[in-house]
Amino acid sequence: MPRYLIRRLGQAVLVVAGVIVLTFAVMRLVPGDPAVAYAGPKATAAELAEARRRFGLDDPLPVQLWNYVRDLLGGDWGTSLHTRQPVRDDLFQAFPASLELVGAALIIALVAGIPLGIAAARYKGRLPDLSVRLSSMLAVSVPVFWLALALQTVFASGLGWFPVAGEYDASLDRTSPLHLYTNITAVDALITGNWPILTSTLSHLVLPALVIAAYPAGVVAQMTRAALIEESSRDHARLERALGFGETAVLTRFALRPALNPVLSLIALVFAYSIVNGFLVEAVFNWPGLGRYAADSIRSLDTPAIAGVTLLVAVLYVIANLAVDLLQGVVDPRVRAR
Amino acid sequence: MTAPALPVFRRTPLRRLAGVDRLAVAGAVLLGIVVLAALLAPWIAPYPEDGGSATHPLEALLPPSGAHWFGTDQVGRDVLSRVLFGARTSLLIAVAVLAVSGVAGVILGVVAGYAGGWARDVIMRVTDIFLAFPALLLSLALAVVLQPSVTTVIVAIAVTWWPWYARLTASVASSVATRGFVDSARCLGVPAPLIVLRHVLPNSLTPVLVQLSLDGGGVILTAAALSYLGLGAHEPTSEWGLMVQQGQSLFTTDWWVVTFPGLAILVTAFSFNVLGEGLRARLSR
Repeated sequence: MPRYLIRRLGQAVLVVAGVIVLTFAVMRLVPGDPAVAYAGPKATAAELAEARRRFGLDDPLPVQLWNYVRDLLGGDWGTSLHTRQPVRDDLFQAFPASLELVGAALIIALVAGIPLGIAAARYKGRLPDLSVRLSSMLAVSVPVFWLALALQTVFASGLGWFPVAGEYDASLDRTSPLHLYTNITAVDALITGNWPILTSTLSHLVLPALVIAAYPAGVVAQMTRAALIEESSRDHARLERALGFGETAVLTRFALRPALNPVLSLIALVFAYSIVNGFLVEAVFNWPGLGRYAADSIRSLDTPAIAGVTLLVAVLYVIANLAVDLLQGVVDPRVRAR
Repeated sequence: MTAPALPVFRRTPLRRLAGVDRLAVAGAVLLGIVVLAALLAPWIAPYPEDGGSATHPLEALLPPSGAHWFGTDQVGRDVLSRVLFGARTSLLIAVAVLAVSGVAGVILGVVAGYAGGWARDVIMRVTDIFLAFPALLLSLALAVVLQPSVTTVIVAIAVTWWPWYARLTASVASSVATRGFVDSARCLGVPAPLIVLRHVLPNSLTPVLVQLSLDGGGVILTAAALSYLGLGAHEPTSEWGLMVQQGQSLFTTDWWVVTFPGLAILVTAFSFNVLGEGLRARLSR
């Protein structure tokens, strides 16, 4: 195990290094002079030179890359041009909201996707199977921004069942202020027993979380179905049938646990994808997460902020991948040999 | 003990058709309709000039009717005509992205898979780095850097898409490379480039082709998302994501402006997914 751990960690470090270099390269390609963007259109030549010197834009590229890496490791992710705050602080503020939204979406996806996958595998080739397969393919084919607009129009603006936008009713900040521990509103409200904010957050969460859940739910249902069908054609399933277990029991009591292994590793991979898919949904529902921050940064060509968001999501993806591989290495020793 | 009698199937054309996964057929038919709509748009669109920059201010935002099946948009253009022309933009992007990233990925993958050793390590580590960026994220960053246009969308998505094919081809090619017929070709003194081209490549392509048809939907969705964010096609091009963006503030009052382009994206992505899923089921049988 230690050798596998070291090799896998080494690979992850290498990928993160590559991600940093690639982000730096993309950042340098952004049109417009960051010094002009920071100093403003009315800046004098001296102010511009000062800004250039401050951002180190006069140095050769390799030196800039080296400084960039050094600053990143030292915790300095640059200063956002549009909020004028350290990018790291901005990300720390925006990320928990995204995590809350995507977390809720993934829970919905698992709760809906796994039973649907079981039902499809149980009635393979029959009507329930076909309808699960078709609806899961519909779920992965729907454009999220359009679904977000449609649900918002029908269920929020139209029927008024859910709030139109935001994370919770802002007026509650005065009547029942929230103490922050994790910065994830729903979690903080739960552990401090702040029911007004908790219920408000949950009702604001429903629509955007449902939209983001569509894709992972479809993939989870397909994966559960495929893994169950494969697992229930193995020898142990034949033995269980010979012992008199019914088909449903074979699937849920014996085949489900090994079949969930690939499903869980899938969830980790879908996590980063859902964060980015969430960008579009956050924009529609005005959710104060990474997506809204990224959209504002793109609009103002805020290079350090764009680089920060890109880097954060890419690193999250690497970590999620690593966690899955290590977990599988623990569960299934054969993985380590690969 | 005698072996149980195997059922005998005669290969009549009808049976052969029934053997093909019905999903694959359904997907192919659906996709065929979209392709036809794209090819014939100038002739079947009720108001072909509305696919471009024509404006009819007096007919703005008319609800669906006999004259305008899908209604009209903010400047009075026929939404049905624009949806039909939009199929051209979306399919053009999908074909271009899949061709560019497919070819690049397959070449790198087959080299990595056959050569092995350090060449494989280098190529696979580079694909790992690109795979760490979710496609929409890296396309987003690139699309900000380049000027917004259809070409930008194609370049940005292709850059993020090729590593999947490189990785898939490499894993198939490395197992093909250990097969007997490759060994015998090597023993006969066939030069390595020719072995790759004649023996390894053709035998590694099937899974990639299935993956390409599965990914068509993903490319369409990513392209629509970039255009929705204003980083892709712009006026007067008919593009579904752009149409949704331009009409989104009107959704509550004039639902048809947003609903039909969105449905067009859904149907096209769905047809790619159904076709790919059917092909994969057929392949794994």
